[in-house]
Amino acid sequence: MSATLRFGEGNLQYDAQGRLRHLLSTEGLRERELLQILDTAESFLSIANRSVKKTPTLRGRTIANLFFENSTRTRSTFELAAKRLSADVLNIAVSTSSASKGESLTDMIDNLMAMQVDGFVIRHPEAGAAHLVARHLGDSALVVNAGDGQHAHPTQALLDVFTIRRLGGPIEDRVVAIVGDVFHSRVARSQIHALSVLGCPEIRVIGPRTLVPEELSALGVHVYHDLQAGLRGVDVICALRLQRERMESHRLPSLDEFHRRFGLTPERLQWAEPGALVLHPGPMNRGVEIASEVADGAQAVILQQVAHGLAVRMAVLAILAGAAGGV
Amino acid sequence: MHRIIRNIRVMDPGDGFDAVTDLAIADGRIVARGPLPADFQAEEVLDGTGLIACPGFVETSFQGHTPGHGRDGDLASELRAAVAGGVTQVLLRPDTLPVADTPAVLQEQRAVAGHLALARVHLAGALTTQLQGVALTEMAGLMESGAIVFSQAKKPVASAALLRLALSYAADLGRPVLLHGEESELAAHGVMHEGRLSIRLGLIGRPVAAEQIGVQRDIAIAALSGCPVHFPHLSTAAAVAEVAAARQRGEPVTCGVSIHHLLLTEQDVGFFNLHAKILPPLRTAADRDALRHALAAGAITAISSDHCPWGVDREGMTFIQAPFGIAAVEWLLPLALRLVEEGVVNLMTILRLLSIGPAQALGLTPPSLAVGATADLCIFDPESRFMVEPTQGWSRGRNLPYGQWELRGQVRFTLVAGRVIFRS
Repeated sequence: MSATLRFGEGNLQYDAQGRLRHLLSTEGLRERELLQILDTAESFLSIANRSVKKTPTLRGRTIANLFFENSTRTRSTFELAAKRLSADVLNIAVSTSSASKGESLTDMIDNLMAMQVDGFVIRHPEAGAAHLVARHLGDSALVVNAGDGQHAHPTQALLDVFTIRRLGGPIEDRVVAIVGDVFHSRVARSQIHALSVLGCPEIRVIGPRTLVPEELSALGVHVYHDLQAGLRGVDVICALRLQRERMESHRLPSLDEFHRRFGLTPERLQWAEPGALVLHPGPMNRGVEIASEVADGAQAVILQQVAHGLAVRMAVLAILAGAAGGV
Repeated sequence: MHRIIRNIRVMDPGDGFDAVTDLAIADGRIVARGPLPADFQAEEVLDGTGLIACPGFVETSFQGHTPGHGRDGDLASELRAAVAGGVTQVLLRPDTLPVADTPAVLQEQRAVAGHLALARVHLAGALTTQLQGVALTEMAGLMESGAIVFSQAKKPVASAALLRLALSYAADLGRPVLLHGEESELAAHGVMHEGRLSIRLGLIGRPVAAEQIGVQRDIAIAALSGCPVHFPHLSTAAAVAEVAAARQRGEPVTCGVSIHHLLLTEQDVGFFNLHAKILPPLRTAADRDALRHALAAGAITAISSDHCPWGVDREGMTFIQAPFGIAAVEWLLPLALRLVEEGVVNLMTILRLLSIGPAQALGLTPPSLAVGATADLCIFDPESRFMVEPTQGWSRGRNLPYGQWELRGQVRFTLVAGRVIFRS
């Protein structure tokens, strides 16, 4: 159709000069910026091993962590990332703030902007919340999506591809399988886009049809409903957390039934390539999506993921603030 | 008042009349179409050169927010938008605050509309109390207060048994019933079309099957009592096919479509565009094209703007929180003219789909420009081009995805019973 201006046309994540201004999703992220984040994270990772762990990169800047949903790992690594970059950090736990008084998200942002905040890290239970804020702010402050509903969790995906690249070898020749509740997972969506951008030759999603619908193939992945077939030839396995709500909505008969069909056990790990990496975004349900022997086993890199998460989040904040050169 | 419109192209889909001629109006009626009576004296003579006169448009789905809290517009603001769009008759949706399920609410609507004296306002009584699909409304009482149809607005009746009773009861009263055909559990919590984009965005979708099953079920239940049923806004090829099959069987079932479903697709949701959030949701390009074919084939008999304004307060909402609806009645004609430009249907057909089709669906006398007909008409300039500026509109609604669209065709005059109620 001629002359139609589509909303969100042009990528909200980039400013008019083509610089990465917000990190909202790994979808639409160019390979150049994605690699820049991963490479910058490498240099931040080494800082973590020094006795003085701080850099002056964001000195004088203020980052607000706005969490409308509970989180331990993501919130604390973002807080630590900002502090290690010497930023001032404002942590806002929204259950105790004005959202419960009926204030709109954009009003809350405007109020924080009046306090000269330079950047926002936002987690929200609704898809699109970070886009709403980024559209509202334009270039006036940076926005990092720390998880929006079932849509995206880009820094988690970045730390996952960082982990794969570092510990599992080049992504361009790895076969990656994502196992579990893909349909409800913002982590899986972001992983899929990040892996695609980096040239991963084959991405599989594995799980029951109620959690892994055929339509997911629209994202460019291969859909499997049988774990054994899905794991054959796989170099990297990304397990997903299974939410208990899925039982209440009748997508699964029980947690045990899920484990029976799709739980990662040492025996089933044999179906994949020898030495295949096992990732999990946490928090884990031991004995449901992953057996303890696997979670604590030699192939699991779950705790490294957390350490990498800190470096990746430092890299993201530094790059968005336009200060990556100050590493 | 006597009025003459000279040298105008008169297009009347009622009898297919299409010629450049003169129109004379007296005492609210068309008194001449063609050579004027020699002794006809007019107080006003309008020059219609380059313009087209057609019957005023009939809107089958109009959220006037009256009664309501006013922040999202009210009958005054929205009817001004409607007449600016060439609409001369609107049917109010019953999902107001409170719901139009008691005679008192309808009396208030009638009083407000009468005071405004803009477009003709027709009232819809709720089919079930609170539109909840649990109990019947006092339909005879609602009719005494002016209801011409019964409607469920955007709410399906979940219980098949209750729907059967409601349609049987309404059939006694001889008025059509407007239904929102959708299987409510299958569509539950959905905020957009279920498909590739909903998967990408992590939003809950409403599957095509929900509309197909809902419409199929409603048609089968309507057949038990013979109650005439109209679906004002279908979105899928499958559901339109169900209606077409029922009409083949001779059942009194009709359907309309919103202009938005003919122009837009799920892709217009883009990255969480609130203004493309409507019910039923925008579908795929394949469904949009099928709706266009059905329109050309005559299976869809009415086009609606499905006007539903939401004020500026809503702009700060997330996609999930934001209410459904688009407010674009003011640009209904130029939007519809795009279908002519793109070769979907011809101009006469579009004019019929905007006037006669919807009037018939509501059981109203079809508007006409024949001699003796009530002078409800729209006069527009088919060539003038403009850019849509949502903030410049009459409606309080800011929720339309057409900002900056370049359109052709502007309404110049709207007349109701011979009285000019809009001119630009």
